[in-house]
Amino acid sequence: MKCRQCQKSAVIKMERHNTSLCGGCFNLYVHDQVDRAITENKMFDHGEQILVAISGGKDSLALWDVLIKLNYRTVGLHLNLGIGDYSERSQKKVEAFAASRGVELIVHAYQEAYGLGVIEIAEETARPACSACGTMKRYHFNRIAMERGFPVVATGHNLDDEASRLLGNVLQWQEEYLEKQSPVLSDEGGTWARKVKPLFRLAEREIAAYSILNRIDYIVDECPMSKGAKMLLYKDVLNRLEEASPGTKHKFYLGFLKRQRSMPTAPTVSKPADLHPCPSCGQPTQGAVCSFCRLMQRVAP
Amino acid sequence: MIPPMKIKLYHPTREITLKGPKQVAVLLRELNLPKEAHLVICGDELVTEDLVIPDDQVVEIRPVISGGGA
Ligand SMILES: [Zn+2]
Ligand SMILES: [Zn+2]
Repeated sequence: MKCRQCQKSAVIKMERHNTSLCGGCFNLYVHDQVDRAITENKMFDHGEQILVAISGGKDSLALWDVLIKLNYRTVGLHLNLGIGDYSERSQKKVEAFAASRGVELIVHAYQEAYGLGVIEIAEETARPACSACGTMKRYHFNRIAMERGFPVVATGHNLDDEASRLLGNVLQWQEEYLEKQSPVLSDEGGTWARKVKPLFRLAEREIAAYSILNRIDYIVDECPMSKGAKMLLYKDVLNRLEEASPGTKHKFYLGFLKRQRSMPTAPTVSKPADLHPCPSCGQPTQGAVCSFCRLMQRVAP
Repeated sequence: MIPPMKIKLYHPTREITLKGPKQVAVLLRELNLPKEAHLVICGDELVTEDLVIPDDQVVEIRPVISGGGA
């Protein structure tokens, strides 16, 4: 198979674009898609310092690699979740990547900070692991960004992540979540760090291909807690539709975003009027304490 | 005699051997692995589905889907 752009030997065929590309042209395609996501959605500019959430998986490391190559000013943030050997191997991969690129990395380890990993915290509070983990990640991304003066946090969510989340939210008619499902969430006048997803135009398979082609050493195995997670089922269903009808995921998610923009209210994290500082940690919340502090209060002392 | 191709698979991580030559698309179909959720690496290189893999090759079929948020 030949590259449609330059006739060299192709490394990937992309049915949704009805094309195949060589390594060099594919890298340009990926950079172009990320650049387009950033500029069209006004995610950030070259003057801002961006905190990039890095798990050690393909998406976050590919995102960091692309942002570095596009000359953005980035610092990585790795949360060590304290899931035994899996978390230790993840942190090593992230540290090796940062060292190889000569970029700054912040590591925050739950075990060190709270004496417990995310699984123990979920068990103690009788919350599903992925739900407690999500609460803790969102909280730390925002708190660490605000404490250290980063205006924006970038995460590696891809087209498959967003399309499967949309499918889940539509199947359950989670309207308040639908409102928040956008590649950019505003900082609400400095209440939060801005949240952005520069990989939302790229399919998961394309990001994995980018990581392999660029010799990015990422953690391939699944988080041990995500087995049987609903998101994997939704992704599987969408991939079957994609194989039968290439472009389905893109049409589904980008079509949603187009309709969302024409709706009366722009997506926000939370109505600023209802927010006040959490009395326990100072982060903005609508409740008596923030959802992270509520979680930690339920962890037996 | 030419040794068969070695194939590394995940979930769970294991290695199988198969008699070649075999086209990438056929390999994925026979192993019941969806194209949209897998990439095939032959030796050190990413390969497209039309490639015919000869015997005596080391192949990795890498799943691309992860469950958690990034
Ligand atoms: Zn080319
Ligand atoms: Zn709090």
